[in-house]
Amino acid sequence: MKILLVAEYRDGKLLGTNSELINFATQGGGENCMFLVGSNSTLPNYTGKLYLADAGQAGEFNPSLHKQLLLNVIEKEQPQMVVLAHSSYGWDLAPRLALALKAAQISEVVEVKDGNLVVPSCNAKLRRQVKSTTDIAVVTLQGGAFTPAEEPSGAPEVIKVEVAAAGGDIQFAGYEEAEAGGVDLSKAEIIVSAGRGIGKPENLEVIENLAKALKGEYGASRPVVDAEWVDPSRQVGTTGQTVTPKLYVACGISGAIQHLAGMKKSEFVLAINTDKDAPIGEIADVLAVADLKQLVPILTEKLNAM
Amino acid sequence: MKILVCIKQVPDMESKFKVNAAGNWYDDTDLAWRMNEYDEYAVEQAVQLKQQVGEADLTVLCIGSDRVRETMKKALAMGCDRGAHIADDESYLKDSYAIASLIVSYAKDRGFDLIFTGMQSQDRGSGQVGVLVAEMLGIPSLTTLVEFNYADGTVTAKRELEGGIKAKVSCATPALVTCQLGLNTPRYPTLPNIMKAKKKELISTPAAELNPEASLLEVLQVAPPEKKGGGLVLEGDPADLADQLIKILKEKTTALA
Repeated sequence: MKILLVAEYRDGKLLGTNSELINFATQGGGENCMFLVGSNSTLPNYTGKLYLADAGQAGEFNPSLHKQLLLNVIEKEQPQMVVLAHSSYGWDLAPRLALALKAAQISEVVEVKDGNLVVPSCNAKLRRQVKSTTDIAVVTLQGGAFTPAEEPSGAPEVIKVEVAAAGGDIQFAGYEEAEAGGVDLSKAEIIVSAGRGIGKPENLEVIENLAKALKGEYGASRPVVDAEWVDPSRQVGTTGQTVTPKLYVACGISGAIQHLAGMKKSEFVLAINTDKDAPIGEIADVLAVADLKQLVPILTEKLNAM
Repeated sequence: MKILVCIKQVPDMESKFKVNAAGNWYDDTDLAWRMNEYDEYAVEQAVQLKQQVGEADLTVLCIGSDRVRETMKKALAMGCDRGAHIADDESYLKDSYAIASLIVSYAKDRGFDLIFTGMQSQDRGSGQVGVLVAEMLGIPSLTTLVEFNYADGTVTAKRELEGGIKAKVSCATPALVTCQLGLNTPRYPTLPNIMKAKKKELISTPAAELNPEASLLEVLQVAPPEKKGGGLVLEGDPADLADQLIKILKEKTTALA
């Protein structure tokens, strides 16, 4: 099988997901090549053909143009699979490409099983093994599912992709950086995080109290931040902070993929959840099946009495 | 202005999921159903746009069995003017491509200026349908929006990227936008609006009449993830649990040192 990898570049830098794409292709064996809208001065470590369009001409975000450039490469290389990261760039571009190719798209692949691709469903409580019925398939990979043991090496053979006319139906006016200030959870050694299971903002206090008793910081999952119960700077997950504390206590957090991606490298994870089957249990060292509103205050009291 | 918002009814994600007898999706008995969370933001944004422009007609579309009409009534109570139910008892067997083709079949000659969808569904999470609809209709689409503004035929918005960064984007209408969590604060329908919603138009059209395209994806198996052994599971009285947890934290971590 021949695979075309679509690498990512943002704000003048290559993204870390590129090594996951390469690892996926390497694991599958067969031939692969790469496409990138980026810069000749920042090339990925990769052994193989790299079709490179200049971001200065093609724009970092211009999906209709990037799609067209990719279609030209696909016509030349005739891959059976086009692989992107399941990221804000990848999930935006993949369906555009899939429709142009009338190809099946397989989103957020977590695993290859018996030669078929496996995708998560229902907050990772189920997995679907799926197969494309088309000659070419467009695939996106879940972040972290194919992280290689070692970073790839090598220098690509660069083939320049000409960008005739910029154009496009979407105007991109640059980036807005995350708001500065707030709490830097990435340096915290102990984090107690609140999830949707806290139920109402008044219950945040029990989480804060446990964090105090453990001399740590408190964080939160996305729903709690979206509900404006907690400052966005305390959000842990893909769109918030990535944390690596010695102890991470997940209270009432079911364990959506986006949250797990931000905290799964914690040294020790204690989860408190009423749902024994919650996906957080997959990565927790200990899962206490309990209502946090009962357990957390008792735990805090006992810790304070020590 | 004509506005369309596409929604999906999904089970509450806290549910216990069992694989159905055919082994191709979850068993739909004993589940609590609700509006896909991302779509609540889409409905809210559509209603806000209608209020902003004044003269607008807002249609909510949903595909599924008669059960989904309940969820559509919530959208009507939130402020949509009419409902287009595409009746399909087997919509769960269709992939994103087939679902998008159904929506396009409904939308193509109706001249919608703006189409709103959630960025993905909570149960399947493919994140494809919105973009596919736009591509099939040949209109621009902006995805993963956390900020939306409309003025004089132009959508100006912010896309959410990774790590808290946003991209500033814009496009001309007609256009489609997909909504990310946190885009706005979805309203709760008030009792008077729930009563009013009961009188609003909610027409069912059988999916077959809209000639959907066949799916491009084949589902081979659906199963719960294999338990990777993983961690210790503790159950019992909260006071006992607290003692056990303190013991474990002392032994396995330096947190209490």
